[in-house]
Amino acid sequence: MNELDQHAGERLRYAFQVSRRDLFKFMGAGLIVGMCVPALTQESGRPAFDSEAPPKDLDSWLHIAGDGKVTVFTGKVEMGQNIRTSLAQQVAEELRTPIAAITMVMGDTELTPFDLGTFGSRSTPQMGSQLRKVAAAAREMLIDMAAQHWHIDRSKLAAENGNVKQSHSSEKITYGELTGGQKIVKVIASDPATTEASRWHIAGTPAPKVDGRAFVTGSHQYTSDIMRAGMLHGKVLRPNAFNATLASLDSASAEKLANVTVVHDGNFVGVAATSPEAADNALLLLQAQWNAPTQVSEAELFHELQSNVDNNASGFGGRANHETGDVDKALSEVKLTSKQTYTVAYIAHAPLEPRAAVAEWNGDKLTVWTGTQRPFAVREELASAFHLSLNQVRVMVPDTGSAYGGKHTGDAAVEAARLAKAAGKPVRLVWTREEEFTWAYFRPAGVIEIRGGVKDDGTIAAWEFHNYNSGPAAMGTPYNIPNQRIAFHPSHYPLRQGSYRGLAATANHFARETHMDLLAALIKMNPLEFRLKNTTDARLRAVFEAAATRFAWGKHAASADHGFGIAGGIEKGGYVATCAEVAVNRSSGEVKIVRAVEAFDCGAVINPQGLRNQISGAVVQAIGGAMFEAIHFENGRILNPHFRSYRVPRFRDIPAIEVEIIDRKDLPSMGAGETPIVGLAPAVGNAIFNATGVRLTSLPLLAKPLKKES
Amino acid sequence: MPTITLTVNGSRHQVDTEGDESLLSALRNRLGLTGAKYGCGEGQCGACTVLMDGLPMRSCRIPAASATNNKIETIEGLSHNGSLHPVQQAFLDEEAFQCGYCTPGMIMAAVRLLNSDPNPSDELIIEHMNGNICRCGAYPRIFAAIRRVGGKK
Repeated sequence: MNELDQHAGERLRYAFQVSRRDLFKFMGAGLIVGMCVPALTQESGRPAFDSEAPPKDLDSWLHIAGDGKVTVFTGKVEMGQNIRTSLAQQVAEELRTPIAAITMVMGDTELTPFDLGTFGSRSTPQMGSQLRKVAAAAREMLIDMAAQHWHIDRSKLAAENGNVKQSHSSEKITYGELTGGQKIVKVIASDPATTEASRWHIAGTPAPKVDGRAFVTGSHQYTSDIMRAGMLHGKVLRPNAFNATLASLDSASAEKLANVTVVHDGNFVGVAATSPEAADNALLLLQAQWNAPTQVSEAELFHELQSNVDNNASGFGGRANHETGDVDKALSEVKLTSKQTYTVAYIAHAPLEPRAAVAEWNGDKLTVWTGTQRPFAVREELASAFHLSLNQVRVMVPDTGSAYGGKHTGDAAVEAARLAKAAGKPVRLVWTREEEFTWAYFRPAGVIEIRGGVKDDGTIAAWEFHNYNSGPAAMGTPYNIPNQRIAFHPSHYPLRQGSYRGLAATANHFARETHMDLLAALIKMNPLEFRLKNTTDARLRAVFEAAATRFAWGKHAASADHGFGIAGGIEKGGYVATCAEVAVNRSSGEVKIVRAVEAFDCGAVINPQGLRNQISGAVVQAIGGAMFEAIHFENGRILNPHFRSYRVPRFRDIPAIEVEIIDRKDLPSMGAGETPIVGLAPAVGNAIFNATGVRLTSLPLLAKPLKKES
Repeated sequence: MPTITLTVNGSRHQVDTEGDESLLSALRNRLGLTGAKYGCGEGQCGACTVLMDGLPMRSCRIPAASATNNKIETIEGLSHNGSLHPVQQAFLDEEAFQCGYCTPGMIMAAVRLLNSDPNPSDELIIEHMNGNICRCGAYPRIFAAIRRVGGKK
């Protein structure tokens, strides 16, 4: 799936599976609250609360059981971003019940409502606000039920800690007692009022990660830990290059092995055996001939991307292109102009848990556990691959060993299911690290061209920005510039590419904020002052000022080979500013990031503990893409598909990281999994310029070491 | 399929293995001890770290058949009667993880470090832990968790 498709994907849509068709008549434009209780309505002697007949299958969204336990159903998945905890907090807040009473059922296509996927920083603003409304409606229902139960006015009642209490006495009744024995369905047609962030008691607090203990004891079961009775282990024979076709296969020796199933189906060749080692040994016996075309290599990459624009590719929002004023005229009218080309390498997500799946067939019904960000899309992929209807396929996503945008597809799921079908037994398939580095997809490489012109007073007169291939995310400028031309040019590209944490916002921020630094240097202004002079956005100014204050920006003079840089921006409702301090060793060319300060504003903070973890983690991950991560490739082959040759940040690379959160309780909560990653690379590049006078314009920055020319 | 004996978390187990099976594979697939993770199979990431006779080893690189005379400790053997090992507790207290996939390997590496030096210097922590990758970037918190066990805040 390319990046543009994902932008289209950010429009939320609902499509319940066939067995839930009954729900549609209740949907209208709003949301569904379900509170189904197994016991019979008649036994309680109380009427069902709403007049609508309960649809037969409404264990979705939210369920309160007779014991007071709350189960919330959402198609979102947990992969380290801590959404399981922050969604539970929001439900607990509105329902006035402890977090411990809540179980989140996530990412299971049979149990949870359809969800497009966990990406684009949408879980907090969309799913979070939906579940808050659902929980608020449930709370008000519980109060109504208590009012009926006691025959008193609801204004004398309040929900608190899993109970409805009478305000003028010590009388209280638990949610479980209220709901027990009833079958109740509520459909929200309008938005119920939710609690203002300034009055939160559970949301807005540093609640510890739900199930945290399972992670420190090793008991949490990731996909790759799941065992099924009789389960085999699968391996796939990979082609010798991308886009290769299988010319011939001799599998006779492998097929002679006991307890080994060999599958040859078109270009797919795989084996299933009783252990991963036995499967590996069987793979070695397969004699395959592949025909691979000649393909673009890394050396030609940027030239190819710029010269092979794909005019047929279209994107959501008309590629987000935009033009105001007259850029050419404005550039001709100012003295100080600059033109620069920036490049960004292909990089890999390298989630520590590689793609994995366990597939099990029961007759013509397929069940798959897999680490994916898009369980419902993977269900479609499986149904399509095996010519099944959607309700014959169930996809479940155990909390996953990270993804960073890299697990949108169902490759491992389809492979495991194909092998399981042939073997007649469940199959677990875990990609090797080399497979993960080769056969997954990459963050798109790109070329960005910028022209800018600045007036004598330090205001920017004109700005032209062209992005080739890497994507349109955050391509616009948050600065007030009267004349702008901004365009995204999709290209024909050599490697499989797709989503990545922040999409192209990292590339576009790197180019833009580096160019801002370049313009500031041109007019000899302090880079922070230059930015503040050119933006009136109060939230952007606030994060710049917060980061600068914490960093003591301008209080330290740059010394030889030691410098300071700043960068910032706005994306997906998040406001970010990053300051970096670097030390450059000019004889070795090594750069050490000494310190990074990042200020972030994503509205009302739901979990400051989790948010700090996300921001700090994004800064760490950004160090890789900024400094040294790059996929090297030649003629359809990846040259560095291992951690020893693809360097990722390690303990030794980590600077002092300080996080400054601006908690805007007056503003809606937005996502934070992506945007904190965008500021580091330009801040570090600008700091390197500050230290050395050398302007680096490629990511990774250390592609060409900063050795002083002798 | 050769049968070997492995001593894991104080118990002896008879295990049927493939000839070239790694210790990681035997622990995970034969004994159901899935705390140690596969991250790279090349000894580069530390997700599979277990202790052998007290030393941190990359179990993905050790043939199971060569570990028959060693005492093997995995994350599953760390807590006793429901109470967490101090390193586990510190990871929990600092919330020193995001996706948690690297966590068992990190904890086992940290346990060895703190067994050998109960109050390690910051430089030693970095040197000792540098072979363990946390792709989510929780390093500052992992560092803080180890310092916490070492008595530093």
